[in-house]
Amino acid sequence: MPRLNVFLSSILAAALLLISGLATAVPAIQNWRTANGVPIYFIPARELPMVDAQILFNAGSARDGERPGLAKLTSGLLEEGAGDWSADAIADRFDQVGARFSASSRRDSASVALRSLVDSRYLQPTVETVARLLKEPTFAPDAVERVRQQMLTALRDRAQSPGAIAQDAFYKALYGNHPYAIPPEGTVASLNAITRAEIQEFHRRHYTAANAVVAIVGDLDRPAAEQLANTLVGSLPQGERVPPTPPVAPLAASQTLRIPHPSSQSHILIGQVGVSRADPDYYALYLGNHVLGGNGLVSQLSQEIREKRGLAYGAYSGFSPMRQAGPFLLNLQTRNDQVDIALQVAQTTLREFTANGPDPRILEEARQNITGGFALDLAGNGKLAGALGSIAFHGLPLDYLQNYISMMNGISLEQVKTAWQRHVQPDRLITVIVGGGEQGTPKPAAGS
Amino acid sequence: MPSSRIVVAALGLALAPATFAAAPVHEFTLANGLKVLVREDHRAPVVVSQIWYKVGSSYEPSGLTGISHLLEHLMFKGTPNVPGGEFSRLIAANGGDENAFTSRDFTAYFQTLEKERLELSFRLEADRMRHLLLKPEDVTREAQVVAEERRLRTEDQPEALTQERFHAAAYITSPYRNPIIGWMQDIQSIRPDDLKRWYQQWYAPNNATLVVVGDVDPARVRELAEKHFGPLPPSDLTPPRLEQDIPQLGERRIAVKTPAEVPYVALGYKAPTFKIATEDWEPYALDVLDGVLDGGNSGRISRNLVRGSQVAAAAGTGYNPTARLEELFVLAGNPAPGRTNTELEQALRAEVTRLREELISQEELARVVAQVAATDVYQQDSLFYQGMRLGTLETVGLGWNRLDDYVQRIQAVTPEQVRAVARKYLTDDRLTVATLEPLPLDGRRPSVPTAGMDHAIR
Repeated sequence: MPRLNVFLSSILAAALLLISGLATAVPAIQNWRTANGVPIYFIPARELPMVDAQILFNAGSARDGERPGLAKLTSGLLEEGAGDWSADAIADRFDQVGARFSASSRRDSASVALRSLVDSRYLQPTVETVARLLKEPTFAPDAVERVRQQMLTALRDRAQSPGAIAQDAFYKALYGNHPYAIPPEGTVASLNAITRAEIQEFHRRHYTAANAVVAIVGDLDRPAAEQLANTLVGSLPQGERVPPTPPVAPLAASQTLRIPHPSSQSHILIGQVGVSRADPDYYALYLGNHVLGGNGLVSQLSQEIREKRGLAYGAYSGFSPMRQAGPFLLNLQTRNDQVDIALQVAQTTLREFTANGPDPRILEEARQNITGGFALDLAGNGKLAGALGSIAFHGLPLDYLQNYISMMNGISLEQVKTAWQRHVQPDRLITVIVGGGEQGTPKPAAGS
Repeated sequence: MPSSRIVVAALGLALAPATFAAAPVHEFTLANGLKVLVREDHRAPVVVSQIWYKVGSSYEPSGLTGISHLLEHLMFKGTPNVPGGEFSRLIAANGGDENAFTSRDFTAYFQTLEKERLELSFRLEADRMRHLLLKPEDVTREAQVVAEERRLRTEDQPEALTQERFHAAAYITSPYRNPIIGWMQDIQSIRPDDLKRWYQQWYAPNNATLVVVGDVDPARVRELAEKHFGPLPPSDLTPPRLEQDIPQLGERRIAVKTPAEVPYVALGYKAPTFKIATEDWEPYALDVLDGVLDGGNSGRISRNLVRGSQVAAAAGTGYNPTARLEELFVLAGNPAPGRTNTELEQALRAEVTRLREELISQEELARVVAQVAATDVYQQDSLFYQGMRLGTLETVGLGWNRLDDYVQRIQAVTPEQVRAVARKYLTDDRLTVATLEPLPLDGRRPSVPTAGMDHAIR
């Protein structure tokens, strides 16, 4: 409709004008090292009387070796006892000052996050508590046993979830012998085998100054932030930087896995090896994926699978860049009897997008979404802290936020198309289908 | 004993937020009845705009369950001025983020945008408030999408399925017995005419609240609201009958047998909310009770059931005092390996008994107050949450400013009041128990009728 086109182009023009003004609104990152060498990334945010801090270690499941689940068990045990504090005492120390604490672990990293009011009566005990959890966790035998049982329950919970089954099968098929194939949640055999000594050793090697970075956002001036950082990680032992995770070999051949499950829907994952966070093509791939499947209902996959055909509630695609090449993954869920048609539409959409590249107008709209929405991604201390943690862990430049919009604007359609053709081969994919419901008779895994 | 120091610290903390008030809310109402609430937050050049309708699953009659949620989906399918798909495309092309959500008591739509683009949101929302097309072919296809959503979120999730049956068993006449997403047979049989009537009945400026939070000037927001929403005609509204549940006459129990691995048990006691409480302190006392049981890792459930006796692998509580109708105070969890639903249920009931018989300690009370006071500050970090709170309170009929003194009211709760609400409401005759009893995953799925969920996001 002509009226709408006029409306739209005037809005896009307005958007372009506004973008130039946005750069100044992006906060500057302050960066230094503690005496024991931990890089600190800090953004002051003086409006709300609160502080967010995140400490990331090179201590994810890619370091599990022969003991899948070791990294997660170690991270989960931090708040279960430290020094002469019991788990109850630690919980009291956080809750009586209204502080929030969480520990989590993924494939590359283990991270600890805290949120506290800035008043030193609450912040100081919170930071001291976290510092001790990082440095002196006790890994008491009864706590090890309890968290082990909780992780075994979590594994059984995954076994009743078709989505989780599909994820695990996909990573295993995609990464083969690479450490990224290790399921972060562990396996039954491994969880039962992990010893307290192995947990202590994992902690000793990985939770060190040489393997840590810190991101801080909050109502602090520079001296106060330095003091906070020193208290938090300044007394961590130096340690040795753990060796990098090995590079990922490209996918050798296609593989299709069908796993029966008594669910009414089938979960479909399609993908291959993507890129690392350091790969210069990542931004062009990200921009292109916004057209294909990363921009909600507007993306082509949503349009083809949900909007035009009503086949699924959600159909998405995305790159998950990691220290080494993370996956490119397309996923959807559909009623069991619609698997073939949904699969065909998804494969065709991916193949055509890779072959032809994005439509120029749609690419511009996707770019507008990314650049015009950049301020949204940084609105709030919590969001800023998340972005800063990622910058710190991946060692991105300090002016990364300032340059983000101009970098996105500098990517041409041709670069998008070339990057996709370099990294995505639609004739070489891992496909995992979990489901089948009442008709779900086991089918042998078939190569294709 | 460090107890006296703890109390002092926590009380000191509880006073702190009083000196840190959130920005004031500007309130005005257009001639057609649209209420507008604006809160300035100038930390980032961003604005959240939310439009809240007083309609949700608790307004729905039998046979039309899920119609509010299905209509929410169809609100993206076009008007004579903005064809299907254009709404989302325009918001996305302007760097915006959008979505919608349906609950028991409200349906809401929101956009987050760079602040200068607020007018786009108003223009599009005003257009679809009164001009939705609701084409039959869109209804058919979107019902399929919602059926897939239901399979994803409920049918194939053993705990969600159990929770749905739990609510269906706990309430006899209250519409809270129905799932927000609707029963499958209703989703698949709602007709375009039903949706048209539902839309005409509830989507009107005098049944809506517009909430704007962000880097805006209230006077300018008012101008824009007048320009875009002002011309819309109001409707004659018939508020729904308040269908409270009939009194429960004894404990109710159900089992849900479905392929699964991990057992689960949920206990729900009928409890009052701000809206229906006869004693206005009672919901605050129940909130404190909730915090004593499950306020962080120091709560009794983590301390006694997960760490102490280790009967639970995971457990927690839930209570929503802003519900429009009588609510359930829920305790639920998964037994640890080697333990049973029965053992976990007994342990949860023993915690309830203790609350009826003993006073909570001053340390516990102080911890809850400290957490509530700190959370009150943390929540101001999110524009979305600030809008969510204003919109919820206004839409359920409490008034957006009803909880402005929330921290002080929590601080005023006494151990005696916590025991009093435990004695009055956490009684066996008000209790419903649901258990998930896993069947083998490799067996055949029994032909169970379809089942529930809590909060449906498009």
